[in-house]
Amino acid sequence: MSVLVYTESYNGKFKKSAFEVASYAHEVAQNMGASVTAISFNAENNHELGDYGASKVLNIQNVDLKTFNAKAYAKAIAEAAKAQGAKVIIISSSTDSKFLGGILAAKLNAGYVPNVVGAPESTDPLVVKRMAFSNKGFAHTEITAETAIIGVSNNAFGIHENKVSANVEDFSPSLGDADFSTKSLEVDKVVGKATIADADIVVSGGRGLKGPENWGMIEELAAVLGAATACSKPVSDMGWRPHSEHVGQTGKPVASNLYVAIGISGAIQHLAGVNASKTKVVINNDPEAPFFKAADYGIVGDAFEVVPKLIEKLKEFKAQNA
Amino acid sequence: MKILVCISNVPDTTSKINFTDDDTRFDANGVQFVINPNDEFGLTRAMWFKEKQGATVHVATVGGPSVEPTMRKALAIGADEAIRINAEPTDGYFVARQLAEVVKNGGYDLVIGGRESIDYNGGMVPGIMATLLDMNFVNTCIGLEIENGQATAIREIDGGKEKLEASLPLVIGGQKGLVEESDLRIPNMRGIMMARQKKLNVVDPVDAPSLAKDRKFEKPAPKGPVKLVDAGNVGELVNLLHNEAKVI
Ligand SMILES: Cc1cc2nc3c(=O)[nH]c(=O)nc-3n(C[C@H](O)[C@H](O)[C@H](O)COP(=O)(O)OP(=O)(O)OC[C@H]3O[C@@H](n4cnc5c(N)ncnc54)[C@H](O)[C@@H]3O)c2cc1C
Repeated sequence: MSVLVYTESYNGKFKKSAFEVASYAHEVAQNMGASVTAISFNAENNHELGDYGASKVLNIQNVDLKTFNAKAYAKAIAEAAKAQGAKVIIISSSTDSKFLGGILAAKLNAGYVPNVVGAPESTDPLVVKRMAFSNKGFAHTEITAETAIIGVSNNAFGIHENKVSANVEDFSPSLGDADFSTKSLEVDKVVGKATIADADIVVSGGRGLKGPENWGMIEELAAVLGAATACSKPVSDMGWRPHSEHVGQTGKPVASNLYVAIGISGAIQHLAGVNASKTKVVINNDPEAPFFKAADYGIVGDAFEVVPKLIEKLKEFKAQNA
Repeated sequence: MKILVCISNVPDTTSKINFTDDDTRFDANGVQFVINPNDEFGLTRAMWFKEKQGATVHVATVGGPSVEPTMRKALAIGADEAIRINAEPTDGYFVARQLAEVVKNGGYDLVIGGRESIDYNGGMVPGIMATLLDMNFVNTCIGLEIENGQATAIREIDGGKEKLEASLPLVIGGQKGLVEESDLRIPNMRGIMMARQKKLNVVDPVDAPSLAKDRKFEKPAPKGPVKLVDAGNVGELVNLLHNEAKVI
């Protein structure tokens, strides 16, 4: 018996979340007395997955699958699950994995639980804790189907090394034209920059920054921290920043280790999307801003004075700790 | 074109979340219910198709009689007919099976759902539905054009967006971007009066299993107070983030 894990890669390199879901799969497999089989698409170095507990990797090399295609990927994963007799499938909570989740669930008649925040509380029956009510609550959910799909929330479990040697096998799913009936025409993606979904640290700016011309210091702070940049909704509505940076209930969810909110009031809809972040820092000139109630650390002050000083101090810190 | 918009009836965003019956059920007491925000963007896009290209727009939901005010609101916004599948929604699979049945019987060309509902955040109903019906599917859809039975959709991806092409029939999981927030409609008096005369069909559910079950709910642990650092001593924040929070 094996636990199957879908490991995401981009341009041949595994995403950080691939190692996290593999670590998670290892934990589940140990509890169930099973082994971990990973499935990867066009990845260059599949052996890397062995470091996180995958003893077998199904390696798909297929030019038609260079860019993510939900229907075709789901078919391949479902086929692999059947071939391996996998009753538990682990995926991440990326936008692509959430696209896959429902399709896979229907194909495998599986119970799918996304936004899972920790290792299963029990594996027989399978019970997991997940976020619900837009981060205002948690549910303890039992999967009552024979097959389970667990969507692990980003950064919720962490990356854990469990070195085994990974046996890499080529895998060719049987795909036909019908599996590519949804065609990608164009991808417009920021490259060379951490994305909100993958980043450990997210630096976010709100309406308090007054205008897009002031984003230079946000970018600089993000660069020093190796962080992704984000913004509140009005900022993307006004076109100061692209929609893909808008975080919150109606935007992207953030589950980073550190979330730095600058000039953001902390409206409930914004918090709904960022509350899953572990440590929250708020810089706001209004001591009554609601965000201070949700934050771990705060500075009451003018962003235009505080942020440049913070950049300076972080540069010093980095120089000392390099 | 025949469009079905799937609507989830959810607690208003600002609602306080509480649980009852030994934390096994959501406490709806005093909670204002609304059209799920992601679905509202989809409904508005459907109205655009109706007005600009000619389309019939139906809305459907799975729920007991208490969801009818939300359905009436969708009718007041301009949907032509509403369908309520008379069952308590259990899990995403059950809901998707019920809605798929409506789609099959209604011969819809386009089915619009939301990326996720803001209560249980499952985000799986449109994908399950599309797969059960063998229709094309685009999730996190932030743009949709339809010309001669061919759809061009834009979806959000991590770090950007992707343009896709798919033929109808199509299911989408939509969100903000399908229309701007300023385009969302507040029902006017005429719409509310007209909605009273529109059909709100109640249909029986089909037999379908639930594949997951929420056993218990829990609220996040109360948070300690924020640690404030003086604006004149920014270095202290760096120190705390490194030594205490251990995040840098
Ligand atoms: C259905 C619905 C869904 C929504 N979804 C989202 C969502 O997903 N994401 C989201 O962000 N919002 C969302 N909103 C909007 C949300 O309610 C708030 O309007 C929004 O988050 C406010 O953004 P802001 O904090 O940037 O702006 P503001 O509310 O204008 O706050 C700006 C803050 O900056 C501070 N400030 C001003 N100048 C300075 C300075 N020089 N230095 C430091 N601080 C300064 C101010 O004190 C203030 O606290 C939603 C609303 C609704 C109704």
